[in-house]
Amino acid sequence: MRTSSTSGMRTSTGARAGQYAALLAYLVFLAFPLLWLISTAFKSPRELGSLHPTWIPRHPTLANFRQAFDEQPLLHAALNSLLAALGAALIAVVIATPMAWVMARRRTLLARAATGWVVVSQAFPFVLVIIPLFLVLKNLRLIDSLAGLVLVYVVWSLPFALWMLVGYVRAVPPELEEAAAVDGAGKLRTLVSVTAPLLAPGIVATALFAFVTAWNEFFFALVLLKTPDKQTLPVVLTHFIGAEGVADLGPLAAAAFLATLPSLIVFALIQRRITGGMLTGAVKS
Amino acid sequence: MTSVTGVSVTEMRRPPSRAPGRDRQRRGSDHAAWFLVLPALIPILVLSVGPLLYGVLLAFTDSQSGRTAPTQWIGGLNFRDLLHDTLFWESFRIGLVWAVGVTVPQFLLALGLALLLNQDLRLRWLARALAIVPWAMPEVVVGIMWRIVYNPDAGILNETLHDLGLGNGRDWLSSLTTALPAVIVVGVWAGMPQTTVALLAGLQNTPRELHEAAAVDGAGAWRRFRTVTWPALRPVALAITALNLIWNFNSFALVYVLTNGGPGGRTRLPMLFAYEEAFRYGQFGYAAAMGCVMVAVISVLLAVFLVGRLRGGDDS
Repeated sequence: MRTSSTSGMRTSTGARAGQYAALLAYLVFLAFPLLWLISTAFKSPRELGSLHPTWIPRHPTLANFRQAFDEQPLLHAALNSLLAALGAALIAVVIATPMAWVMARRRTLLARAATGWVVVSQAFPFVLVIIPLFLVLKNLRLIDSLAGLVLVYVVWSLPFALWMLVGYVRAVPPELEEAAAVDGAGKLRTLVSVTAPLLAPGIVATALFAFVTAWNEFFFALVLLKTPDKQTLPVVLTHFIGAEGVADLGPLAAAAFLATLPSLIVFALIQRRITGGMLTGAVKS
Repeated sequence: MTSVTGVSVTEMRRPPSRAPGRDRQRRGSDHAAWFLVLPALIPILVLSVGPLLYGVLLAFTDSQSGRTAPTQWIGGLNFRDLLHDTLFWESFRIGLVWAVGVTVPQFLLALGLALLLNQDLRLRWLARALAIVPWAMPEVVVGIMWRIVYNPDAGILNETLHDLGLGNGRDWLSSLTTALPAVIVVGVWAGMPQTTVALLAGLQNTPRELHEAAAVDGAGAWRRFRTVTWPALRPVALAITALNLIWNFNSFALVYVLTNGGPGGRTRLPMLFAYEEAFRYGQFGYAAAMGCVMVAVISVLLAVFLVGRLRGGDDS
């Protein structure tokens, strides 16, 4: 207690005031666009047309939300997004966990190559990948389908998933696994019955992160999905903006606000684990 | 319950199976490793490594979308055309301005925020939560949100400027002079969380004892930062800056939603340019060549940046 607050005690009141002023500036910069989005979502078309908009809607209304659902197939798009994100998150975790275990426990060439790929893929140029991906998926007859999109999302979320999972696997003492192996349990049995339960919280966090990544993704969905009733939420949201860039602000804000809620809720759940996962991965490698 | 019984059963079998079990395990381990890795390896090879190589090959062909004639090798023709494509190089220049213009303020602001969040301040929880929010939001929503902020009539920016008596404001995203700075501000806002989180993680790894020792020796805040905090933070700072530079250069959704490259191509990032070339005009080969050039130039710039920074560290 004492050590953690000493640095605070030593700071002069002037410096403290400066720190609070800076913190306030950050809070304003970070929060004002969010508050404005919410404010706009609850304003009537008439108020949006007025010359001097205010922070708090004068006559709050839900009309924008109704209109948003009338104008675009939001529910259907949300369902598509949900399917794509759930599918991607589940598959990614199922195939990444064993691989992460190998990467954490083995020093083979394969494990090192995988680690290299995780790092390099962070710098992957999407331009260079999307065209061949488009052609490959076309040959597999997976273009313009959610299944194809799920496959792409799985691969696209693997690097960060592996990064996080490797950190979690390293946190499990190898002695536990060795003890089970000595007891005669097979490799797979050991993994399933000893390691996996200990990893469970990390696996859930990783899956949720993959879910948010897929839910938010736009570029691949834009390129790969052409039929309107297959498109995901971010793609449908851009339809609110007309060809000339003219947008009906109220419904646009309402739809954008709703589309963000799932990501925010999931992120709030895993916030600590994400930052922790980044930290362990960074420290150990 | 099950684990308890499992242990007791295997306990009895332990002595005889020990030595052969070890042996079998070692021989089988590599097969097991392959078995464990394969489910992830196949998708990675088919949908990540494969397409990357395929993309490089495509750059040397005249591949087009929806053409019936077979695709042919054309050697370096795409690259020669690209060399004289002034529109592309203008887009490339804009991409560099954008990438550096976003990455530098992003780093400085994130560093400031991380240092604040590392202090015992009230409202820290709120700043911490808010600092993460842009990370969680879909990029499309971030773009839409800022379009509404920048909106000339219903936007808060012009209204605030008006209230402060700073004129009547303007149409930020449609004006030739303000469009690029306006989207850069959005890029900074959207990318701060990852940088802040990474730097905060780095800060929490700096040895507190050193800090206190320096303070006892009478070092001021700036000296303490220079001599204690920064050296510990440097590797993280370098890594996240390099990553940000790449991420920002490859950015697409934000600007697609904000301006779609307009006005008059002033915000047409190379990704937008290549996207249009490939999926609006169907020039797959040519767009792949653009991708190759982007990767090559960014790799070189990054190498120069990293080598320069690392060497700078040795001198000081």
